[in-house]
Amino acid sequence: MHNKTVAELARELDSGTVSSLELTQQLLDRIKKEDSKYNSFITVTEEQALADARAADEQRAAGNATPWTGIPFAHKDIFCTNGIRTTCGSRMLENFIPPYDATVTENFRKAGAVCLGKTNMDEFAMGSSNESSYFGAVTNPWGLDNGEKRVPGGSSGGSAAAVAARLVPAATATDTGGSIRQPAALCGITGLKPTYGRVSRYGMIAFASSLDQGGTMARTAEDNAMMLNVMAGFDPKDSTSIERDVPDYTATLNEPLKGLRIGLPKEYFSDQLSPAMEEQVRAAVREYEKLGATVKEVSLPNAKLAIAAYYVIAPAEASANLSRFDGVRYGYRCEDPKDLMDLYTRTRAEGFGNEVKRRILVGTYALSHGYYDAYYLKAQKVRRLIQQDFANAFKEVDVLMSPVSPSPAFIQGEKTNDPVTMYLEDIFTIAINLAGLPAMSVPAGFVDGLPVGLQIIGDHFAEARLLNAAHQFQQVTDWHQREPK
Amino acid sequence: MTISRENIEKVAVLARIQVDDDQVSALEKDLGNILDLVDQLGAADTDAVEPMAHPLDAIQRLRADEVTETNQREAFQATAPATEDGLYLVPRVIE
Repeated sequence: MHNKTVAELARELDSGTVSSLELTQQLLDRIKKEDSKYNSFITVTEEQALADARAADEQRAAGNATPWTGIPFAHKDIFCTNGIRTTCGSRMLENFIPPYDATVTENFRKAGAVCLGKTNMDEFAMGSSNESSYFGAVTNPWGLDNGEKRVPGGSSGGSAAAVAARLVPAATATDTGGSIRQPAALCGITGLKPTYGRVSRYGMIAFASSLDQGGTMARTAEDNAMMLNVMAGFDPKDSTSIERDVPDYTATLNEPLKGLRIGLPKEYFSDQLSPAMEEQVRAAVREYEKLGATVKEVSLPNAKLAIAAYYVIAPAEASANLSRFDGVRYGYRCEDPKDLMDLYTRTRAEGFGNEVKRRILVGTYALSHGYYDAYYLKAQKVRRLIQQDFANAFKEVDVLMSPVSPSPAFIQGEKTNDPVTMYLEDIFTIAINLAGLPAMSVPAGFVDGLPVGLQIIGDHFAEARLLNAAHQFQQVTDWHQREPK
Repeated sequence: MTISRENIEKVAVLARIQVDDDQVSALEKDLGNILDLVDQLGAADTDAVEPMAHPLDAIQRLRADEVTETNQREAFQATAPATEDGLYLVPRVIE
């Protein structure tokens, strides 16, 4: 059962060959037995999951099933879950039990899905390797058979590893600079970062509010479409949520791709990309040509500035968002503060890890008196240049294709000494967040036995087209079905 | 670009993060490297470009001026490190 997709499990549940309770128990047992190798879960909610599974079976018996009724899945530990600990990978929130649900959490509850627990992540979603989690690094299921402990990518590394290891068929995730696509690529699964504003950010612990977007992780494009059907939509509780109709994302998966115009941004096939990776990505594009797509080179001349703009804007917004962790209203508080200033400064020094502190300091510096124009305003201007590049490209083509990461999953500890080396991991993903565009990572081959992701980028609100393109690719390839040993 | 020791200490106070003396040199190096990366922005010609705050240039929505929330003080304060009589407790501020 653990090898089945969400769509397959929905059919099994529907035909009565398995109950949600049986399925849930099976996967919980599997997590108990296997997850010590990966550390992909921070919290497993066994009792709640079994109760939810029983309730789902009753719903189904009463004839009130949705496509998600009784399907087990997991939440990234960034989505608030009422009554269930939500840590965001931080000591600061080690014992935080939210008194409310995120809108995404509520949507899955209403659909009858069964949450098995909360997945590990880089602290406050700041990282590309899942090594900054207070709850320990996550290990990629790929490479373990060679005795290598590789990173799963980040920040949604727990979700990606759990899906790749067949502990859950699907998991929620978030993406601020690549945090869905890069771990999906490194773990050989399918992930989607939707258009900014498509999925509610209410109750999703904030990192950089103009970039953060919740999204989906599963093994197939079809399952990603089923997840987005539950997650997408206008939410009055999120002031940046977009009021716009939500299509049925599964309805257009089978549209033929004949005539699809694909653009290859030449800046994303640079010398930063290893030749072996490039060959896999180009082979995937050739599959699309066989499916009737046309391919041309396009240019994103300002893409090279994306990392620089991001490392002003994201830390600046983070420094403001994370000011709420003051040791007063919730979260960690230091022992025996001698005065209010000591309470604030020691709580934050002890509660946050090094990467989070670095980013808060950079952001505070960029926003401070005398530097605001040179850094923050300048970065926002460059952000517009980057967005205009994409807008120009989408006048000529329907989707853009590129690699997701410059290299496959690296060994744990390899990039932890120099923050900037780690930042370059997101060189092909970060501009998409600055432009607010939707993009996917789709399994597209292997290099040295490690998965390679193909990035498919669409214009704003083109999620259905991306899912269609990914699904059609998955009808003629089997990279997404490969299982780590 | 380098960032001076004094600047790091000033920013740490603004950010309300205690930085111990033995951490400053590592921060000088790391923040300096990050600012070097960021300095690439200087190469871009942005004279006639409007800053972009929202990817879709959406504007802030206004809602009707109606009460929509209920008082949940007890539930919210249950997560606080220290409260008394509905108040958050902090070290004495006024002597």
